Order: sequence, then C-alpha cells, then structure tokens
Amino acid sequence: MTEWFQGTLGYGFGWFVATLILILMIALPLMLSVAMIIYADRKIWAAMALRRGPNVVGPFGLLQSFADGLKVYLKETIIPSSANRGLFILAPILTFTVALIGWAVIPFGPKMVLADINVGLLYLLAVSSLSVYGVIIAGWASNSKYPFYSALRAAAQMVSYEVSVGFVLISVILWAGTFNLSGIIEAQRGHIFGFINGFGLNPLLFPMAVIFLISSMAETARAPFDLTEAESELVAGFQTEYSSMSFALFWLGEYGNVLLMCALNATLFWGGWLPPLDWGPLYAVPGIVWLFAKIFGFFFIFSWVKATVPRYRYDQLMRLGWKIFLPISLFWVFLVSGYLMVTRYGAFS
Amino acid sequence: MSIASTIKAFTLWDFVKAHALTLKYFFKPKATINYPFEKQALSPRFRGEHALRRYPNGEERCIACKLCEAVCPAMCIVIEAEPREDGSRRTTRYDIDMTKCIFCGYCQEACPVDAIVMGPNYEYSVETREELFYDKQKLLDNGDRWETVLQANIAADAQYR
Repeated sequence: MTEWFQGTLGYGFGWFVATLILILMIALPLMLSVAMIIYADRKIWAAMALRRGPNVVGPFGLLQSFADGLKVYLKETIIPSSANRGLFILAPILTFTVALIGWAVIPFGPKMVLADINVGLLYLLAVSSLSVYGVIIAGWASNSKYPFYSALRAAAQMVSYEVSVGFVLISVILWAGTFNLSGIIEAQRGHIFGFINGFGLNPLLFPMAVIFLISSMAETARAPFDLTEAESELVAGFQTEYSSMSFALFWLGEYGNVLLMCALNATLFWGGWLPPLDWGPLYAVPGIVWLFAKIFGFFFIFSWVKATVPRYRYDQLMRLGWKIFLPISLFWVFLVSGYLMVTRYGAFS
Repeated sequence: MSIASTIKAFTLWDFVKAHALTLKYFFKPKATINYPFEKQALSPRFRGEHALRRYPNGEERCIACKLCEAVCPAMCIVIEAEPREDGSRRTTRYDIDMTKCIFCGYCQEACPVDAIVMGPNYEYSVETREELFYDKQKLLDNGDRWETVLQANIAADAQYR
C-alpha cells in the first residue's frame, strides 16, 4: 500500500499519507474496542456481583459507553483557577497519546505491524514509563491535595513495578534472542514439544508470565493496585479536578493502556497472533482474530481480578514490588540465562 | 512463615481459590430484579404513598378526628375541620408534607374509619419540591385511583389487626 501511495503522490508525501491511513486503521478500531471493553468490564464485574450491569442503552446495553461518552462530551470543561493551566490541559492529552503510541509496534499478524522496529520491546518499555507522566502532571497541575497525593503514589508505584517488568522482559528477550516483537512471536512458534505456541507454558518462563501479568495490573493502576485513584481515600485521585473531555481522555487512555498491556501479555508469553497450537488448519483463522481473542482473555482476567481482590495497602504494594517481585525476577533472569548458556551456547560442554 | 504457608503464598493459592469462587458466581443467575421492567412483589402492609379513601357511595371516610395529625411523629399532617351544610363534621383542609413524612404508618393505625391509608405506590417522584406538598384533593384522587388495591390489602391484613 505504501508503494502505491508513493507511486501516485510522490515518495515523501505518499509515505506520509500511507502511514496516516495505517495509523487511523489502528487507532479507530482501538477507540471502538476501548468503548466496548469498558462495557465488557462493567458487565463482568456486575455478573460476578450477581448484578446485571448496563442493559438499557441499545441491545444488551451495548451502546452504554457511547451514551456515557456523549454525556461527558456535553459537560463543561472546568479548569480550576489555581491550576497550572498549560500542564492541566497537557496531562490528559499525554496520557491518551502514550496509550495510543504503544500500539505502533504490536504485530497484528504476519507483517501486519505499523513500525517493525528492532528495539520494539525497548520502545514499549519507554512508552509505558512515559505513561506515569500523565498522572504525575495531572496531580501536580491540579494544585489540590488529593490529586497531589495520587501523583506521589503513582510515581512510586509505577517505578517500583517497572523494575520487575524490566527483568521479566530481559528473560523473554534472552529466550527469543531479539527485541523485535515480530521476532519474539516467531520464536514462540512450536515452543513447547514443537506444537504448542507461546512461551507461557515453558516451566522456566511461566512464573515470569505470572509476574508480568500482575505487574501489568500495577502498571496500569488496575484494581488491586488502584491506589492512585483510591476513591475511599483520594476522592478520584489525579482525576479529581478534571471534567468533561479532559476526564474522558484519562478514561480512554487508562483503558487503552489496559488493552495495550493485555496485548503485550499475549504477545510476549502466549504467542501473539499465532494460534495456540502449531497446527495447519488453525492458521486458516487470521492472526488478528487470535490476537483479539487472547487480548480479550487477558482483559477478562483483569476484570476478574478487579471483581475479586480488594485493594492493597500502600506498604503492601511496595513490599510486593520490591521485596518479592524484584528478587524473584532477578533470580529468574539468572536461572533463564544459566539454562540458555548450558543448553544453547554449550557453557560446560 | 511455615513451609506450607510459603508454598501457598508462592503458588498464589488464596488468589486462585478466590478467583474460582468469583468465577462460580459469574455463571450464577442474577440476583438483581430488572427494575423498570420487573417489579418486586409487595406485602399488603407495604407503606407507600398516602391515599384518602371514600365509602362506596362516594362519601369521604375522613371524619376529621385529627388522630392521625396527633400521632404523626414527623408532624407532617395538617388538618382543618368545619361542620358541613348537612351538619356532619368534615375536613376543609387535609395536607401531608411528603418531604417530612417518615412512612411509619402510624396515621393508618390511628385512623378509626380506614380513611387515611398508605398504598402500594412508591413511584411518585416529582421534579419540584412543591409537588410533594399533598393537599386533600391529591390524596382523595390517590384513593380513587388505588381503591381496588387498597381494599384488597386491607382485607388481606384484617385478620392480623
């Protein structure tokens, strides 16, 4: 497609137009899935609490998110007079943007990736580190005490879990031998006994998959780790002073981040767009369908956890991050690299 | 920490058990009643919106004894009475301030002629506060509208009184 546009519109401009179209092809369905995933989230919690969840707007309440979006859109944007105006407006935009740009390197199928860059995983690590800035800037710019507490918590929380996420990624990279996400997915083809795709069932990598899943909940400030918006303590955390579309952008960004983390879980440990088994007929289903199924599976787990586990206390959160996850993941990096040295590179032979 | 609890902690045993429980509940039938479309069955003693009843011949039951006004703990009932042309004692004013009412049902208990009753209606939300200051006409209208149900409820509960 890029070549065709470059042929008709000239090299540079053609590339620009083609990339823009590709970005829209990712971003628009993503927005739609965020809307549907918010609905799914509410339905799943509701079902686990024996409630019905949204069921009035549209068939089965499917249009609930759009009704909410319209309602929020029609509200007045309030900027507190004591807030830092520029940063206050910048924060939701930043959160939303960061939630979107991570998708650039996620492969949706063979060759179906916007930016097939060599350092895809490093890029994702950088993007997920950036996502904390939206929260910190929002909390600081609001010039209000609860958002500020929330920002402090967010800063400490996301930094602590970033560390163990980094080690988890290192063990995956060691096994795959590449930072490129397409390469990592290729490395998972027939990983177990030659016909099960994905690193997840590898006994050496399974604990890492679990740590990554839990850490990604902490990274996205989801349920057991949602101290940044602990409504019983901090009103709505960093979003307290926000209203209208700036609030909606936080909301979209948050769920966009959750989806990105689900996609990352699926890509790194469970074979991404590969079918679960390395068996011919399963490849007849397009890779994007497998990826979506896996993302939704992980999203179900996210909601499931949110419906089940009560919120951690702050010191428990820090204890889990620094005193449990960090030593385990560090030890596991050692274990994985040792195993690979012996089996793949023949350290003692 | 004992060895068993260490193993439990590292296999996330408590979490797995908790998630199994919530998954079981995920597939259970919903406990919620789908309110505007389905409604809960009401007891004959349900204390909802007030109504002033009439006799079958159309004569209002209230004899202005003011027992309800006296018993009302929230003091939300105001009654003024005068003899009518035919000499019978009747109310000229019977107001209930629904914003004050605590729905204790004492007025219904106190009434010697079953005139003031609390009906089964609980869907009478309004948009202004003024609309909740019920006057005699509104209460009589309520009585006319709900008479069938009110009669049935009183009959069902009569044996326990």
